[in-house]
Amino acid sequence: MTTTTPDETTTAGGIKVAKPSVGRYFNDYWGKIRAGDLGTLPAVLGLIVLSLIFGISQDTFFSALNFANLFNQAAQVVFIAMGLVFVLLLGEIDLSAGFASGVCGAIMAILLTKHDWPWYGAIPAALVTGLVIGWVLGFLVAKIGIPSFVVTLAAFLGFQGLLLVLLGGGTNITITDSFVVKLNNGNLSVLWSWILAVAAVVGYLLVQLNKQRSRAKAGLVTDPMGVVAIRVIALGVVILLATFALTQQRAVNPAITSVKGVPIVVPIIAGFLIIWTFVLGRTAYGRHVYAVGGNSEAARRAGIPVDRIRISVFVIGSFMAAIGGIMAVSRANSVDPNTGGSNILLYSVGAAVIGGTSLFGGRGKVIHAIIGGAVIAVIDNGMGLLGYQAGTKYIVTGAILLVAASIDALARRRSAAAGTR
Amino acid sequence: MAATPLLELKGINKGFGPVQVLHDVSIAVYPGEVTALVGDNGAGKSTLVKCISGIYTIDSGSISFGGNPVTIHSPRDAAALGIEVVYQDLALADNLDIVQNMFLGREKKKGIVLDEATMEQMAGDTLASLSVRTVKSLRQLVASLSGGQRQTVAIAKAVLWNSKVVILDEPTAALGVAQTAQVLELVRRLADNGLGVLIISHNMNDVFAVSDHIATLYLGRMAAQVKTTDVTHAQVVELITSGRSGDMGLPPEKPAEFADAAIDITPGGEK
Repeated sequence: MTTTTPDETTTAGGIKVAKPSVGRYFNDYWGKIRAGDLGTLPAVLGLIVLSLIFGISQDTFFSALNFANLFNQAAQVVFIAMGLVFVLLLGEIDLSAGFASGVCGAIMAILLTKHDWPWYGAIPAALVTGLVIGWVLGFLVAKIGIPSFVVTLAAFLGFQGLLLVLLGGGTNITITDSFVVKLNNGNLSVLWSWILAVAAVVGYLLVQLNKQRSRAKAGLVTDPMGVVAIRVIALGVVILLATFALTQQRAVNPAITSVKGVPIVVPIIAGFLIIWTFVLGRTAYGRHVYAVGGNSEAARRAGIPVDRIRISVFVIGSFMAAIGGIMAVSRANSVDPNTGGSNILLYSVGAAVIGGTSLFGGRGKVIHAIIGGAVIAVIDNGMGLLGYQAGTKYIVTGAILLVAASIDALARRRSAAAGTR
Repeated sequence: MAATPLLELKGINKGFGPVQVLHDVSIAVYPGEVTALVGDNGAGKSTLVKCISGIYTIDSGSISFGGNPVTIHSPRDAAALGIEVVYQDLALADNLDIVQNMFLGREKKKGIVLDEATMEQMAGDTLASLSVRTVKSLRQLVASLSGGQRQTVAIAKAVLWNSKVVILDEPTAALGVAQTAQVLELVRRLADNGLGVLIISHNMNDVFAVSDHIATLYLGRMAAQVKTTDVTHAQVVELITSGRSGDMGLPPEKPAEFADAAIDITPGGEK
């Protein structure tokens, strides 16, 4: 009855499935790409190509100092984009995330300077502000039923005004709190850099092995060990190489001051990446977010509280925007009426979409925010090094966002066609 | 007829404001048998199903389940009894895989972490019990499935929860010939596994291929519930279109009262 050919194996319930092998795994991956499920592939390829172009035309691009700078420059956009992934997963949009981050940053700065709060009071206050903003936006969208585009467009204007009011009409508040300044300017010690890097690789290995073990125990098909090894080795090489580069001396004049170690913001980004990836991938809440984004009627019939999910993604979105705002204030040591303004929001939406998150909802991962954010930071940084004006940078970034959105739309059409075949 | 009905509705009335949609409808669903619910558009099939599944509450009448009188006020009540409905538009999320869809809203958890292994195993067992052995992987996205496979997943989702009665709303409406045969076979298997199946269909071929009983609704009244083997194609069509066929169905309209016809257009109205 269960005669299996060498190419087949059985999984739960004795269902025959194709036996996994490394070759077949890549075959399946290729099939998925052909069917329109591109994931992070375009962004990763783009990142490599752009890096090579900038690296060849400008030596300083690959310098350790510039590499470290990339992380600090990208931090605000990456944090906002992480939150936007949740909003985009429901097919909604948050246009106010940029100025929400500015408002939260300003609140932290005002509490730190004018009210002499310590950082451990001011930072939570900024985060709570983010939560409240997100709840209000989510409530207006989910319960009142206003399209998120309109709600957040209004909030975009409103927060821009609120930021001006908070800053007394356009002054600039400088912060001196050393903890806050360090967040997006400081570096870990070389020792800690290596400890965290190795811990990350070992942790990833353990998670992968644990997944294999529990699936094997339940009698389910497992990924071939070769694929697991490739995954772990690839991640290990990237992390360890990056750590090696970041632990080199990168001060302009090492005699005066020594600058080396992984920027403190990197483990913070990594921490949120792990938390949100866990939430989206391994909890019922995350599953419900995808379900509402994919088919909200199906989700409703399955008893999922659709309105509450909708509110929650805006709360997460604005919370992450608040963290982005804190990072922006830390980076600049100050807050001004344009913190979180100009191109920050568009860069953040761009980061999520370029990374592979769909504008149509239902498809996206938190890692997309980081990969897409890296693409945008590389363009911004590389073109700056090459001496291009801001105008050219915006045009190129806009064009790349359009390319990413086109890929998204075409991939969607393609997978719809594949689905009904 | 076979043993006691699993689900029995008697004298169900349901109206929306001035519109009386169901008049004294009675229907019985037997364990291990497929009952087909047929009727023209607007005959009240969907309303009846929504009354059974708890989306609408009935105005009057009684529902008994396994011989005991029950009340159904919400979809949750129906689910608690073991009544699952597979809707026409499937209610599957395209961006989730088969296992994720089957457990949507009722995920198994270990602490706060989803218990993927258990869910995948249960999904596999359920599909196997329905003799579905044609999926490439349980982790395939539903978007990549054919119409028949999607319908299969929707049905498997309904039987996963130890349901006793499965109601299918036009499961073959959008399918090709081969897939229709596949789904009908699956419907038959549900009954062979001891479940009570109520299937709504417009397609007479399907109805005769799969059902044991045929219940015909005509303008909100139950024209007849008969054994499939006792009737012919033509008779059922007649029941659907005119409410009666020979000595079956609703009592004939009052003859020679065409003067009143302008007022009394409801066939089988009070004599």
